[in-house]
Amino acid sequence: MPDLLIELFSEEIPARMQARAAEDLKRMVTDGLVEAGLTYASAGAFHTPRRLALSVEGLSEASRDTVEERKGPRTDAPEKALEGFLRSTGLTMDQLEIRDEKKGQAYFAKITHKGRPAEEIVAEVLEGAIRNFPWPKSMRWGAGDLRWVRPLHSILCLLSDEQGARVVPMEIDGIAAGDVTRGHRFMGPDEFTVSSFEDYEAKLKRGCVLLRAEERAETIWSEASSQAFAQGLELVEDRGLLDEVAGLVEWPVVLMGEIGDEFLDLPPEVLQTSMKEHQKFFSVRDPKSGKITRFVTVANIETRDHGATILAGNGKVLAARLSDAKFFWENDLRVVKEGGLEAMGEGLSNVTFHNRLGSQSDRVARIAALAREIAPRVSADADDAERAAKVAKADLRSEMVGEFPELQGLMGRYYAEAQGLSPAIAAAAQEHYQPLGPSDDVPSAPVSVAVALADKLDTLAGFWAIEEKPTGSKDPFALRRAALGVIRLVLSNGLRLQLRELIAKADGHAEVEDLLSFFHDRLKVHLRAEGIPHDVIDACIAMPGNDDLTLLVARAEALAGFLKTEDGENLTQGFKRANNILTQAEQKDGVEYSFGADAKFAEGSEEKALFAALDGAQPKIDAAMASEDFASAMAAMASLRAPIDAFFEAVQVNTENQVLRRNRLNLLSRIRTTCGSVADLSKIEG
Amino acid sequence: MTDAPRSFQEIILRLQSYWATKGCAVLQPYDMEVGAGTFHPATTLRALGANPWAAAYVQPSRRPTDGRYGENPNRLQHYYQYQVIIKPSPKDLQDLYLGSLRAIGIDTSLHDIRFVEDDWESPTLGAWGLGWEVWCDGMEVSQFTYFQQVGGHDCRPVSGELTYGLERLAMYVLGVDHVMEMPFNDPDAPIALSYGDVFRQTEEEYSRHNFDTATTEMLLRHFEDAEAECAKILSQPADDPRTGKRIVMAHPAYDQAIKASHLFNLLDARGVISVTERQAYIGRVRALAKACADAFVTTEAGGATA
Repeated sequence: MPDLLIELFSEEIPARMQARAAEDLKRMVTDGLVEAGLTYASAGAFHTPRRLALSVEGLSEASRDTVEERKGPRTDAPEKALEGFLRSTGLTMDQLEIRDEKKGQAYFAKITHKGRPAEEIVAEVLEGAIRNFPWPKSMRWGAGDLRWVRPLHSILCLLSDEQGARVVPMEIDGIAAGDVTRGHRFMGPDEFTVSSFEDYEAKLKRGCVLLRAEERAETIWSEASSQAFAQGLELVEDRGLLDEVAGLVEWPVVLMGEIGDEFLDLPPEVLQTSMKEHQKFFSVRDPKSGKITRFVTVANIETRDHGATILAGNGKVLAARLSDAKFFWENDLRVVKEGGLEAMGEGLSNVTFHNRLGSQSDRVARIAALAREIAPRVSADADDAERAAKVAKADLRSEMVGEFPELQGLMGRYYAEAQGLSPAIAAAAQEHYQPLGPSDDVPSAPVSVAVALADKLDTLAGFWAIEEKPTGSKDPFALRRAALGVIRLVLSNGLRLQLRELIAKADGHAEVEDLLSFFHDRLKVHLRAEGIPHDVIDACIAMPGNDDLTLLVARAEALAGFLKTEDGENLTQGFKRANNILTQAEQKDGVEYSFGADAKFAEGSEEKALFAALDGAQPKIDAAMASEDFASAMAAMASLRAPIDAFFEAVQVNTENQVLRRNRLNLLSRIRTTCGSVADLSKIEG
Repeated sequence: MTDAPRSFQEIILRLQSYWATKGCAVLQPYDMEVGAGTFHPATTLRALGANPWAAAYVQPSRRPTDGRYGENPNRLQHYYQYQVIIKPSPKDLQDLYLGSLRAIGIDTSLHDIRFVEDDWESPTLGAWGLGWEVWCDGMEVSQFTYFQQVGGHDCRPVSGELTYGLERLAMYVLGVDHVMEMPFNDPDAPIALSYGDVFRQTEEEYSRHNFDTATTEMLLRHFEDAEAECAKILSQPADDPRTGKRIVMAHPAYDQAIKASHLFNLLDARGVISVTERQAYIGRVRALAKACADAFVTTEAGGATA
């Protein structure tokens, strides 16, 4: 069983594409091998800035012979048909078989396909993978027609076993596969030959290339952390940056440098963002002051001056960048101190939000009005909420956010504080964008909550009014995220809001019920993640007050808990049985049995007991429902289970006696009404 | 190891002689106002068609919106680019490039040189390519691009293009923090001149002119004139009645496209082009560039066979 090693060596592959490309190579090659009839034990993919590599272990030597059976023309078919069949199968008449069919006899051919050696298959599969590789963007170079992410320089393709290694013969647009590669561009540029994956990885390391991205990331992380620790500082964690930097170097060398004193008063997030976005630097924090005081850069080379030149150069570039940031910060502060965030936000009237929903300043005015409406319902001061909404988006016009869009909101908070606005308003400037996703923090400060809700409801109602709803995978305005944001704001703060009314207030043209059912769909997705099945939610959505999401979820949680009990499960069955019998009778008789059953017609003890149980349960359920105590309502409902089961056991509803039958159907109707006052159990599946 | 250069001009001279020894035709700057070295017909037009090509040159470039009256340490409305274009792109272009850095005194064993993804696109030229910005110790020192399309035409074969921002690169090599303080000629020369001695005053003058004085009505008129002239030139029949030869005037037409592009940049600096108009102007310049490219590929230099 040989092992296969492939390396595609090219000019620098963009960091963001490497991991995906390595996986694509693995998938395309292994799928191709298997499709061609080979088997393998395991496969691993690797990537560095200049190479994709694939190691496949325990590959079969060759594919097996296969026999294909093909049915030909009937024996009484014209000569021409038979000739054609012989031609297409490459057989002669005497090699055909004649078999009996339903309607007469037909020729059959057995074609044997010889198994093929692994070399041949690997060469074919690899060429196919290279030619059809799904790079997000690819290019041609020189005078050739081959496409790759950047010029492809060499292909290493080896099969190795106990007898040694052999190159898989293949050539693609003038690049012949070989057993040669090279190490680091500057520290290990000489070519070397490779005999196996272990040999490959070891020689690369000698040539100053760490093949595994995880190993590079670990090296960077541990080296950077320990350098920071040695100075009593801590490295700011950033997994995304770590992965990116690990894709920019083959031989990571961690260097820590200082940030000039003149920049230490910039907000730490500004330092961090500027260093990360422009220079791919990590931030190092002083745990005592919380300030970012140093940076870590990862070089791709070891130098005789131990990185001094590199560090000095990087420090210089950083100083130029931070001078810009400082310039923006000071200009923004001046604007805010002179005219407040209101002055900063003036330009929002020139920024189109959406051509049918007006400018950003139109939008701000709508959000402010809506935030004012929402405020009393979330225990926020109405004036504060309105003011906060009016200034919350002003930072979109700041120079800093112009340079670093990801700092929106946060800069608003800093500038609001600088202006001397209340902490609640400053916090709202930052928090009103939240939550941004299913795991983002949900604001709880009342003013923030009011503005966050107003912001999202305005967006949703606005896009609903102009019929720009999400379809399938298309959701260009992130409306699903906005709806989930509203849901999480409501639920985690236990808010009691009537969404119908708020939607109508946000935009009178929005179709309220349609948007509400969009909220319900998002709620189902959200609750499914929490373990509440969709039919349980449907049973609760069918009840009144379904635009009060807190109420709706309390009901669903109680119902889900109830259905997990034996009583709950059986009661649902009893309810369904009652409902089915009743529905059928009502359809057949063309009347509705809702007159109220009379206990005096009750015959056996089971029937009498059910009357008594319903009489006993109804006031308890009503009282529990009135105080929104769903658990007690469910408990009261559970008390009906035994009497209902016993009733169906002993009593025949559709009896000959029409008086009794009518009374019993009316009794079933009481079951339906009583249970139905808690949830619509007919929606429960199973 | 090469000794360190001492002046701005020495860096230029070293690049010239390096690329000359690597077989490039060392051309002179194009005699028109352009925004970047790519606009030189030696790049834009010669990237088209099948004929092999190798050229290197300095190109003075103008970006009116970048004027800072000579005060900013590294922003200028007039600056120099060094441009290398080789078609088809040779297999060792990255190594050739690294050799040029060594030639100007950058010791690649002491610095951190990196090729960082950067896809190049010029909406006004209808051109794009893939490549990198090259970082030296975290600073961008060059653009490295494999042209895929120019003027709407696929590049076959592909040209490799290198663009060095000369001031920034030289400041780094010479260890200068403000461009105006950079020695232009040798600091020990009898008359030693700094970059500021040569350009500080003109940066002031042009900044004022570009931002506040250039007559916008005239610029608009000239833009339209250039556009009309370009179309007129290209509409002439290929056969010249005077000589009886086939003469397609791709280059004179392209001069008009260059003019229109620069006029647009000036209008932009004057702040008279709105966000929505911007796209329309860029589209008009691109239409000219494409028409010139269409014409060029019908000529001998453009690879057409008679």
